[in-house]
Parts: sequence; structure tokens; C-alpha cells
Amino acid sequence: MARYVGRNVVRKDGAAKTAGTARYVDDVTWPGMLFGRTIRSTIPRGTISGIRLDFDPAGFTVVDARDIPGRNVVSLIADDQPCLADGVIRHAAEPVILLAHEDRETLTAARVEIDCRPETPVLDPAAATRVFKHIRIEKGSVDDALSRADLVVEGEYRTGHQEHLYIETNGMLAVPGDGGVTIYGSLQCPYYVHKALSTLLGLTARQVRVVQTETGGGFGGKEDYPSILAGHAALLALKSGRPVKIVYDRAEDMIATTKRHPSVVRHRTGVSRDGRLVAMDITVLFDGGAYCTLSPVVLSRGCLHATGPYRCDHVRVDGRVVMTNTPPNGAFRGFGAPQTLFAAEVHMERIAEALGMDPVRLRERNALRPGDVTATGQVLGADTAALDVLRDTVRRSRFHEKRRAFAGTNRGIGLSLFFHGAGFTGSGEVYLASKASLEATPTGVRILVASTDIGQGQRTVHAQIVAEALGLPFEAVEVEAADTAFVPDSGPTVASRTTMVVGGLLKRCAEEMRERLGRMTPAEYLRRHGPLVITKQYEPPPGLVWDDDTYRGSAYGSFGWGCEAVEIELDPVTGQVRPTRVTTSQEIGKAIYPIGARGQIEGGTAQGLGYALTEEVVMRDGAMANAQLTNYIIPTTLDTPPMDVNLLERPYAHGPYGAKGLGEMPFDGVAPAVVNAIRHLGLDVRDVPATPERVIDAPRIQPGPGIARLQPGGREPGIARLQPGRQSKRRTGGSR
Amino acid sequence: MKTAITPLGLLQPRTLKTALQMLRDDGPLTPLAGCTDVYVGLNAGAFAGRRFIDLSLLEALRGIDVRDGVLRLGALATFTDIAASPDARRMVPMLVAAAREVGAVQIQNRGTIGGNIANGSPAGDTLPVLAAADALVELRSADWVRRVPFTAFYTGYRQSVMRPDELIAAVEIPAIGGVQFFRKVGTRAAQSISKVVMAGVRAAQPRIAFGSVAPTVVRVPNTEAALAEGASVEEAQRVLQTEIAPIDDIRSTAAYRRRVAANLLAQFWADTAATPRRRR
Amino acid sequence: MTPRIAPVAFVLNGTRVALRVHPLKRLLDVLREDCGLTGTKEGCGEGECGACTVLVDGKAVNACLVPVAQVRGAAVTTIEGLNGRHPLQRAFAEHGGAQCGICTPGMVMVAAALGPHPTLDEVRTGLAGNLCRCTGYLGIYRSIAKASKGRKRR
Repeated sequence: MARYVGRNVVRKDGAAKTAGTARYVDDVTWPGMLFGRTIRSTIPRGTISGIRLDFDPAGFTVVDARDIPGRNVVSLIADDQPCLADGVIRHAAEPVILLAHEDRETLTAARVEIDCRPETPVLDPAAATRVFKHIRIEKGSVDDALSRADLVVEGEYRTGHQEHLYIETNGMLAVPGDGGVTIYGSLQCPYYVHKALSTLLGLTARQVRVVQTETGGGFGGKEDYPSILAGHAALLALKSGRPVKIVYDRAEDMIATTKRHPSVVRHRTGVSRDGRLVAMDITVLFDGGAYCTLSPVVLSRGCLHATGPYRCDHVRVDGRVVMTNTPPNGAFRGFGAPQTLFAAEVHMERIAEALGMDPVRLRERNALRPGDVTATGQVLGADTAALDVLRDTVRRSRFHEKRRAFAGTNRGIGLSLFFHGAGFTGSGEVYLASKASLEATPTGVRILVASTDIGQGQRTVHAQIVAEALGLPFEAVEVEAADTAFVPDSGPTVASRTTMVVGGLLKRCAEEMRERLGRMTPAEYLRRHGPLVITKQYEPPPGLVWDDDTYRGSAYGSFGWGCEAVEIELDPVTGQVRPTRVTTSQEIGKAIYPIGARGQIEGGTAQGLGYALTEEVVMRDGAMANAQLTNYIIPTTLDTPPMDVNLLERPYAHGPYGAKGLGEMPFDGVAPAVVNAIRHLGLDVRDVPATPERVIDAPRIQPGPGIARLQPGGREPGIARLQPGRQSKRRTGGSR
Repeated sequence: MKTAITPLGLLQPRTLKTALQMLRDDGPLTPLAGCTDVYVGLNAGAFAGRRFIDLSLLEALRGIDVRDGVLRLGALATFTDIAASPDARRMVPMLVAAAREVGAVQIQNRGTIGGNIANGSPAGDTLPVLAAADALVELRSADWVRRVPFTAFYTGYRQSVMRPDELIAAVEIPAIGGVQFFRKVGTRAAQSISKVVMAGVRAAQPRIAFGSVAPTVVRVPNTEAALAEGASVEEAQRVLQTEIAPIDDIRSTAAYRRRVAANLLAQFWADTAATPRRRR
Repeated sequence: MTPRIAPVAFVLNGTRVALRVHPLKRLLDVLREDCGLTGTKEGCGEGECGACTVLVDGKAVNACLVPVAQVRGAAVTTIEGLNGRHPLQRAFAEHGGAQCGICTPGMVMVAAALGPHPTLDEVRTGLAGNLCRCTGYLGIYRSIAKASKGRKRR
């Protein structure tokens, strides 16, 4: 019987957070500190012809691109994004000038005019010509299989931007010293910031130190953006010689920082009359915004999840992420998978409608099973749980009973089946070469990792794993702050890898330490032998082969599996859709901290409900026009329904105590389940957010041909009936 | 551009008399009370003035009571006060319904009915109630008192008949005969600004008012007359469209507002078509 | 008119304080900067998120919308005033009420003002002005229910 793993401990940071003593970056002040402010472009595209500083310069530090000692780039993948715009504007709210001053009112009142020659911006991704990344996945012979299918169903599905809306905005404090700089801030990845600053400032690794302060939510929004903000604070700090704090107010944070990639995904699917998926032809278009940032990886994950959790012998996924003159988009929980899973699952619903088939039966027939082969050629393991979660959710939600009972009313119930590959794709984890360390202390042990607790309970889960593996009390395990001066590079806190990968490293550290300690306590060992630090580096599971050029092989070590049923009630007076109940089953390998796992699922679901129904980023002239909390609508208590969450565990052989990734998957399935519930009402909705303005005007679903009514040559909207031997023309399906 | 606090001034009179004298002799002064919109305005640089007068100490502006069958709400009555008032619940339940839908608890504890009126937003949640109830606004200056019918209070978008040296002292609601109705259609279930908000009284002469469909809150007299004369709901909905002028804005569209306003009218008519004793 | 900075005196977490601060300075800033109490957080500055909730004479208000002059003579309670010993605080830490923790002080203050045994409906309505992006609120309800269970019924 495990002492800690799988049991509910008191979370490590709970006392400080509930007492109000946890220190977030804006709680921290430094003697002699200045406040910083960013002056940004107001147009989406153009060249800068002049900059006018219209204020008394006394007490001000001013920084522009010329002050950058190293390279003016935000070092990430393509190094195409400048830290400060240098003559060219590629998106609205692009940072140009930085100011610092001791007095915030004086700082705010300073007038800076940026004169620009505007150019015509590219704002529609469909019209974009610059492609950051193109990915193609092929299996079998799609065109041939489509031509032989009994029925082809086509559709186009759209998702919009989403704002992370962490309740703590972005903030950084830079403290100069000894020719270098120390950064304290709200962030997910201290070593990303470390690398970016070394490049920007021309400093050695030792001269830059990055320390995570308590972080009030991230969700991916503090994966890469902190490198920009830290760079800004550091530039001001180095030029002024004083500590500089920049904390965004809510409006600036919403306007200027990264968002979820909007998407347009098209499916053309060949099915047999008995509901088997015989061919899937999928195109994916993501809007990357003005710079590359993480877009190639977002596209990658999106493409790898684009088929949904289904088997099919003939698959083509053709994906592009393109440049528009909008603020760059970035990581957000799910990271491309929510967009493509949304399309896949609403499309499955439409296939069921076209065939007149039960949507559960259709999914059961095609769900991936152990031993099945994915579109990239990965053979799935025994921990493949698609059918388990599907059946569990269908049963617990009384899905079929409600489908019948709600028919003809204003209530609906919809379902989605989804999966999520944990950890970095393919060879990503090998490339990261993450490390974790464990150090003996006089009172127990100390965990040294670069992972950050951003609310998900990282400190707690890591301590549970170490306590369990070492046989020490949970209270004797300390977690060091994520401080690059003390911790090794464990890789970023992203991609649902923190428990599975870094926790796995810590388990190996603990196991070795246990051997070395023998019967001694850590204190005894230290007295007798001196310091004891164990460090482990990532080793890929045996047999995990991936080819980045052909996109073939095992994309992920393991997949988590999920199913979600959402019940809704439509108000015909207002078009408002109210979610009334969520039932979900999620298979995650092992719930190390059950309260935490449940919390991630409930929180991810609420975030998904906002994505599905109310969260709309209104873009005008390439910038977010509704950048106030009063106008960007996330769910309150009264908008969030009861949820019945069931955790399933199919242990992953290479995860600590069987754990897979967890943090992102709960978001993936919500939007399609909501839209499928709306479709249950008979409304043809294919995009999110399904705002009341859209729902009240949504057309009725045109009935499909049904299995018995498949006739040669008949054309229904979105459905093409193929004659033997004839290729279908590409066609956008359905009425809009 | 955010307004700096340092140059701003605040007067804090202790009596209504002093406050009115300050407004007359020491102006221009911008009154503030619950401040639920003041800092939003300051952050946006929306105030031209730099000098404010705090009304929160003026006891004469507090209290909710009934005088000669008329419900009198002091301008400083908060939404929490209104929702808790037995008199308000008994006499104007549609006002209580509105008060409960303003923002959330924190806003309701601070926001005042006087502020809701003075702010003059076309989306103010209590304003359609006051319009449908034919409320009277008591305005005081150092030298006079006058009472203005609420339906004549606004003259344009965020413009009213108030003079710069006047304060709203109270709002009076005469007894209402008929079944009351209120519905706010917002952006979510709490903490929302209305997309359409409606109040109505079902009686021989129905009284119906809408917010967020015009530059000010509006009564819809032709729609009321049509219903009084026995027109069908569909006909009344057609008339309604001629009396509202919603726009597209950051929160919603004109088309949606028109649809929903028409639907609310129908809902009002259906929900209140019961025995005379039924109350909302 | 040059504003005279008269001291604003009020009771803060049971102790009388008098501060020479601008009368229109937000109570939130006075607490965080002049009183050194950083437990009350700023999430939006527009009264939408509730992270800045404090109690003024026992009533929950958004400190980002209160000019400090208006708490003259009032009793102000912040999260620090609970001394980490309120049953809600332990319950939030143990039962999933706090994840990233930034909304937690505001949540706890509003929950504390609901009294020892609120119904679920009262909790949902009472907390409708406190936004959480991490929990989906259910862990917060469970934490409040657990704290309730442990407290005597009168």
C-alpha cells in the first residue's frame, strides 16, 4: 500500500497561498527599484519613421533596440522575433521603446509618439503567403480509398483566439549586479528565460540568474512570453544600474501577449455504410501571428491529433501555420490539439448524422485499440483506453437515455472522445536532455528541478514521488525554488511532462539515493560522508523511434484518453447555451495526487466551456479590441455546472508509478462535446465560440441521406456521394 | 491615458447642506459615492474634471422607506440595501430583481441607485425599472428642490437635465398596480453588462422599458398602446422595432438585440398573463 | 486647490492605523504599499475579478474600487487578518480550493463573510464576483463545505 502516491496529502504551498503570504512578483520590492513601461506600436504593419519623446527626461531611463548589447532576438525556435522593434512593425502592440522611472505617475504620464508609415497588413490567415511551417502526414492511399468509399462527408470547422486569463498578469523584476542580472518573475520555464537573456544581453550562463516567483496561473501563456518581458526589464536594469519591475495591467496583458492559435480545419472523410472510417483527408490551417515563436510545434501537435482517437488505414494530414500581422500566438493548454480534436469530433458527429447512426456506436467502431497503428505508424500499447473511457462516460452520464428524453426539447447532450500525447513530440525529450537532482539535507532531502508550480501542484506531486521512492516522510521532502543558480535544466513546465518525465527522473534519483543511504538517514549520511547529490538525465524508453523529416514513428511515449458528455439547455429567448452537467472519464496512468488530478480536470473543463461558449477575442485592425475583463467573458461560479469526474488508470510502464501526462487533456474534449450537444438540438453549429449571437441564427441541420437512403448521385450539403472510379472535387460542406 | 491620482482633489462634506453649497460655490466638482465606475473611468482617462466631492457621508441621502404609499429610496441606497429592503421587495420586486443582477456581491455592496441614475449608461440595470415604474427623481441644489419624472430625466447619451450644482437626493416610486417583470440578458450569469435589459408592468395600460437598445433607457409608448388596444404579440413586436435603435458594439450586435428585445416582449406577455394576484 | 493630506484613520485587522495618503488612492494600493500587506491581489483593476476583495465593516468590497478616504472610521479586514488560522484557510489548502493561489485571498474573504454554514446556492451566488481560472470552482465549494462541517452549528 503506497504511503503517498495516490493519496491526498496537504499540498506543499497550501498554507502560504491561503494565508496570503505566498510572494508573487508584484509583492516583491527591491531597494532603489524603478518601474518600467513599454511603448508599443499602434498599427499592425509599417515602418517607423521617427520617435518623439515628449517629456522631461529627468529621472528617466530610455531603452530602444540600439541599447541591446547582444542580439536583438527573442531566442526560441526561429529567432525571427526582435525583443524591441527596430524600424519595422509587424504587429499592433509590438514593443518599441522602454521607459523606467521611480515614480509610477510620472512614468505613466510620459508621452512618446511613434511616427509610422503604415502598410497594408495581412490579417486573414487564408490570405497569408508566408508559411512558418508545413507538415504532411501520410498513411496508405487516401485519394484511392476516398474514391471507393460508400459515402464521403466533408466539413470545415473554425476556432478563434483564446486568452489565457491567468488571474495574475505577466510581471518581471530585474536586478542588475556583478556585470550580470537576476530575474524574478511569473514564469513557467526559467531556463527558456535564461537562454533568451544570455543571447539578448551577450552574457554568459553564469551571469544570468532566473528565479521563479509564485506564479498565479500560466496555462502556456507564461511559457515563452516571459522571455520578452524579462528581456525588457533586464535592458532597463542594466542601463539604469537599478532594479526594474514591470508588471502589466490587465489591458496590456490581453492586448500584447500570446493567445491560442485560431484554426480552420477541413475534413473529407470516406466511410463505409456500416460506419467504418476508410479514408481521412484533413487540412489544417493555424494563424501564427507575426512571428514564428512556437508555431511549428503547435502545428505538429495539432497534426498528430488531427484524426482524433480513431483508426484508419488511409490518412493524409496537411497542415500549415502562417504569418499574419497580429500579435504572435503561442502555447495554450492543449497546444494545437484542441483545435484539431474539435474539428475531428464535430466531424464525427456529422458523420453519425449523415449515416443516421448512434454517435457512440460510430466512435466505438473506430476507436483506437491496443495494438492499433496510428497515422504515423505508432503501435499503441496495452494502456490504450479509448473504449474504456467511452463506455464509462456513456454509462455514467446515461447518455442514450438522455438523448431520447431530451429529443424535441431545449435540452441537449453531446459527447466527445479524445486523446493527448504526453511529453514532447518524437525526439523532443531526447533533445531537451532534462535533468533532475536530489540533495540530502540534515532534515531530509531537497528536490532540485527547473519545473515550476503554476497551480497544478508540481511541488506536491514531485515530493510525493520522492517520499514514496525514498521511504521518507512527505514532510521531510523540500522543494527548492526554481532558481537557475541552484537547479539543473529539467526542461520547460509544458506539454504535460512535469509529472511523467521530470517526476520520472526524480524517482530514479530517489531510488539511487535510497541505495546509497542504505540504513542511514540523510543527516547521518551527511555527517559521515559529506554532501550527497544525485542527478539523473532523461533516457528515452526503449524502442521509441521517430523521424522528424518523414513524420513517421512513435510520436509520444504514451497517450492519455478521455471522454466527455456535456448536457446543455438552450434558452430560445436569448440563444444562450447553459451547460448544466458535465460527465467525464479521463485515463491518466496514475493519479499521484488525486485532489490535484481532479482539480486539473475540473479547471480544464471550465476553461473549455469558456472556449466553447463565451470567450471571444474581438480583433479590430489587428489588435484585441475587448481587452477588459468586463468584455472578455470567462465563466463565473454561476456559469459553471456540476461535474462528475472519473479517473481511470492504465499504468504507463515508463511513467513514475504508471503516471502519464494530465494537465492539458482535460481541455481538449470540452468544446466539441458542447457543440455536439448543440447539434443534438438540431442546430448546425461548427465553430467556437458558439456565442448566443451565432446560436440564435444557426441554421437547422439538414438531414443526411441515412444508411438506407444512400443513392447514387444524390447531393446533400457537406456530403458527396461518389460514383465508383470518379474522384470527388474538393468542396466546402454545409451552409454557414 | 491613465489619470494620475496626485493632482486630484476630494472634498468630503458631512452634511447635505454643505455639499450643496460646495457644488454651487466651489465647483466644478464631480460627485462620487460607491465608486464602482470611477476608477474604471480614471484608468481610461475619461474624466475631464480633477476635483471630486464624496457623497458617502451624507446621511440625508440614505435610507429606504415608504411615505404615503410611495417607496422612497435615498440616492445612497446600495443594491444590497435594496435587495434586503422589505418595502422594496413588497412594492417593487422588479427593482429587487435588478439590484440582484448588478455585477456581484462586491459591486452590490458599494453601488448606489443614485450612481446608477447619474452615471446614465444606457445599459444601467435599474434604469428600465425606474422608467417602467414612472419613478420621480428628486434633485436638490443649495437653493431649491425639484422633482423630475424619470422618463424625462435623460436628454441624450449620458446627458441629463441635471445641473452641475444639483445632486440626486432620492428616487420615488409610486405604488404599482399590475404584474411586474424584469429580465437582464447579459454576457454571462454574473458580473455582466447587459446586452438587452427590460422591465415591464402588465396592467390595463402596460408600461415597458428597455435598456441597451438606444442611447438612453427608453419607454416604448407605441408598443404599450398597441398591447393596450389588444394587438397580438407579433404586431406589438413589429411596433417595438420602430421604437428601439440598438447598435453593434464590442459585446453584441444590433441584429441580436432586436431579436432578443422582441423575444423578451413576448416572454413578458406570456409570463405575466396569469391571475392578477400573481407577482414576479 | 491643493489637496491637504489629512490622515485617514481606520481599523485594520483589529488595529487602529492613521495614514497620510492621498484620499483618492485606491484602498488596494494603500494596503499593499503603505501597510505592507500584499496578501490582497490586483487581477484586473476594474472590479471584475474579485482578487482584491477585503471586508469593510464586514461587507465584501473590491479594494481596487474604494478610495481610502471612504474607509475613514471603518473596520477593514484583509486576508492577513485571519492569521492563517481560519477554518477556511486550512480547508482550501487541503481540499483543492487553492491551485495557483492568486484568487485565494479574495475567495477566502468572501467565503468568510458568508458565515459558517452557507448553502451551495449561497456559495455560488456569493462567489460570483470572484473569478478563478484554475479550479473550475468545484474544489472551492468542496473546501467551503469541509470547513462548514467542522464548525459548530448554533
